[in-house]
Amino acid sequence: MRSFLLDALRKGKATIKPPAPGTDALEEIARALGERARQRLGRSLAIREIDAGSCNGCELEIHAVNNPVYDVERFGLKFVASPRHADVLLVTGPVTWNMREALLRTYNATPEPKWVVALGDCATNCGVFAGSPAVVGPLADVLPVDLHVLGCPPPPIEIVKALLALMETQA
Amino acid sequence: MSSALALANLVAGHAAGPDGHVRLAVDADTWTALAQGCAAGRHDLVSLWADGGVMHMALSDPERGLRAIVSLKTDAGRYPSVAACHPPALRLERAMRDLYGVQPVGLPDPRPWLDHGRWPGRQSEARYEFLPTEGEGLHQIAVGPVHAGIIEPGHFRFTANGETVVRLEQRLGYVHKGVEGLMAGAEVEQAARIVGRISGDSTVAYAWAYAGAVEAATGWTPPPRAVLLRGIMAELERLSQHINDVGAICNDASVITMNAHCALQREDLLTVADACFGHRLMMDRIVPGGVSADLTPEGIGRIRNLLVRFEETRAEIQRVYDSMPSLQDRTVTTGIVSPELVRQYAAGGFVGRASGRAVDVRKNFAYAPYDRVDFQLKTRTAGDVDARLLVRMDEITESLGILSQLLGRLAPGEIRADRPALAAGEGAALVEAFRGEVFVSVRLGADGRLARVHARDASWFQWPLLEAAIEGNIVADFPLCNKSFNCSYSGHDL
Repeated sequence: MRSFLLDALRKGKATIKPPAPGTDALEEIARALGERARQRLGRSLAIREIDAGSCNGCELEIHAVNNPVYDVERFGLKFVASPRHADVLLVTGPVTWNMREALLRTYNATPEPKWVVALGDCATNCGVFAGSPAVVGPLADVLPVDLHVLGCPPPPIEIVKALLALMETQA
Repeated sequence: MSSALALANLVAGHAAGPDGHVRLAVDADTWTALAQGCAAGRHDLVSLWADGGVMHMALSDPERGLRAIVSLKTDAGRYPSVAACHPPALRLERAMRDLYGVQPVGLPDPRPWLDHGRWPGRQSEARYEFLPTEGEGLHQIAVGPVHAGIIEPGHFRFTANGETVVRLEQRLGYVHKGVEGLMAGAEVEQAARIVGRISGDSTVAYAWAYAGAVEAATGWTPPPRAVLLRGIMAELERLSQHINDVGAICNDASVITMNAHCALQREDLLTVADACFGHRLMMDRIVPGGVSADLTPEGIGRIRNLLVRFEETRAEIQRVYDSMPSLQDRTVTTGIVSPELVRQYAAGGFVGRASGRAVDVRKNFAYAPYDRVDFQLKTRTAGDVDARLLVRMDEITESLGILSQLLGRLAPGEIRADRPALAAGEGAALVEAFRGEVFVSVRLGADGRLARVHARDASWFQWPLLEAAIEGNIVADFPLCNKSFNCSYSGHDL
């Protein structure tokens, strides 16, 4: 631990400067968020992640946005353990038939107002899994989606930009 | 077990194909004798899959370096169950029954596995019955499929007496995406993209195993430079996952600083991978015939510098881990897997090696470039969370050494060979992913398209051992045990 401290003095902080919010995301989310919701939530969003059929690649990059380099908590974005504490559902994967009910139940357990973000190509258009009979379809076929983040998987910086856009439109 | 047949006896006198596998059609008696051979510990079960009216069973004898794929023509889908005498085959047989309608006669557990009664045209309201538990003061805890963290979905049914877990039963299949079905009839290149997304954390290993299988089936030879680049990417992937999970295990034992440092080192690696190969996870970079991204001299320098930083981090993580009794208090003697179980399940990766099973397909079935790389196969015997973590720390050291050797051998050259005319053929490959071996088997039709692709993740034979590992531990130690295995849900659910 002592050398961790020395290291910190030598190298300085690893955390990057905040990126500008994604402009595409800003437009999409501005449509989704009402004025009332912005007043109610302030600059804070609680996010519940749901893997609805992902290959786990998106999960790796969502983990990365919580590492000290991206550190999304400094923006008021916090990943929570229960949908009952969440404002935002961050959903990955093509929705599989086997996960459909769990996804719907999680959505229903999330209090209003709530927003749904489709993270990654699979959640947006099923990606390479399009056409599989085991897959219901993209997330928008199952839940109302407020924001899409493309990429396979989206790099953490793109995830941060999209989440910042969510924050920005509320500020 | 008197009628058990050993693989070594079966394949004596038969030549292996270019992929190292002896292929034999067998009758039902030989099939069962080989299944009994698995149970008797004469050889390991590698995989089991249905293809048309035929059941295939892949077997290996790592000590003698033998591999075979035996095929049994089913009787209108019926064939003798392997799980009837060798339980590790159970989930694979239940899965193949769900997906392909084959009927393993004598299957000890007839419940569906991947089929949750939700697929269109096959909906069922039938309740999934968990195994019964009897005794005074027992209660059940149902967890998932949606978990509290940022992880994949699955259901865990704990039966506990107070805090002590009496039984864990897993129910998986939630992220079943029909990958094997999607690949049937697909072009070789199209399926490569799907294979690379069977388990995102092992995308390099999957792409490599698939490419190896296709190359064996088609006589396609990747150029020497591509083979080295494959090794470089695979070791980078191994490092990124090992350091990630070491941090995550410490995090579950409440030493959050370790997680932050490991996560930083992982991020450093992924940034270098992105700069070198154009993708942080190196998805779609290994393709049949070679690789799709070359490494520049500047990239070689970046990786060399990364290795220095990575070794500094590793040494520091190891030092802190060794000097924190509060951390070891959680990991030592927690979640023990016995050597007998890892042998029975032929569990690969650090799960097997932490319980003394000295098998690594980079050694036992050394494929290029590992046939010319100097590295140690490190094992431990305690079989607990601590041993699994330490095996991974050892493997980090070895991977750093392997990378240094591979970088030193890179010579200018092509990175992808031209595609030969594709025709009917079969091929299989075993590649060591970070969590254990990935087995991929392909069959091409006369039209050069894929008729059947089967992929078996190491997790198939590790998940059941997690059920055993948690027995007698407290519920609160489950996250720690689970993280020390880090099995793939997507890789298993297919």
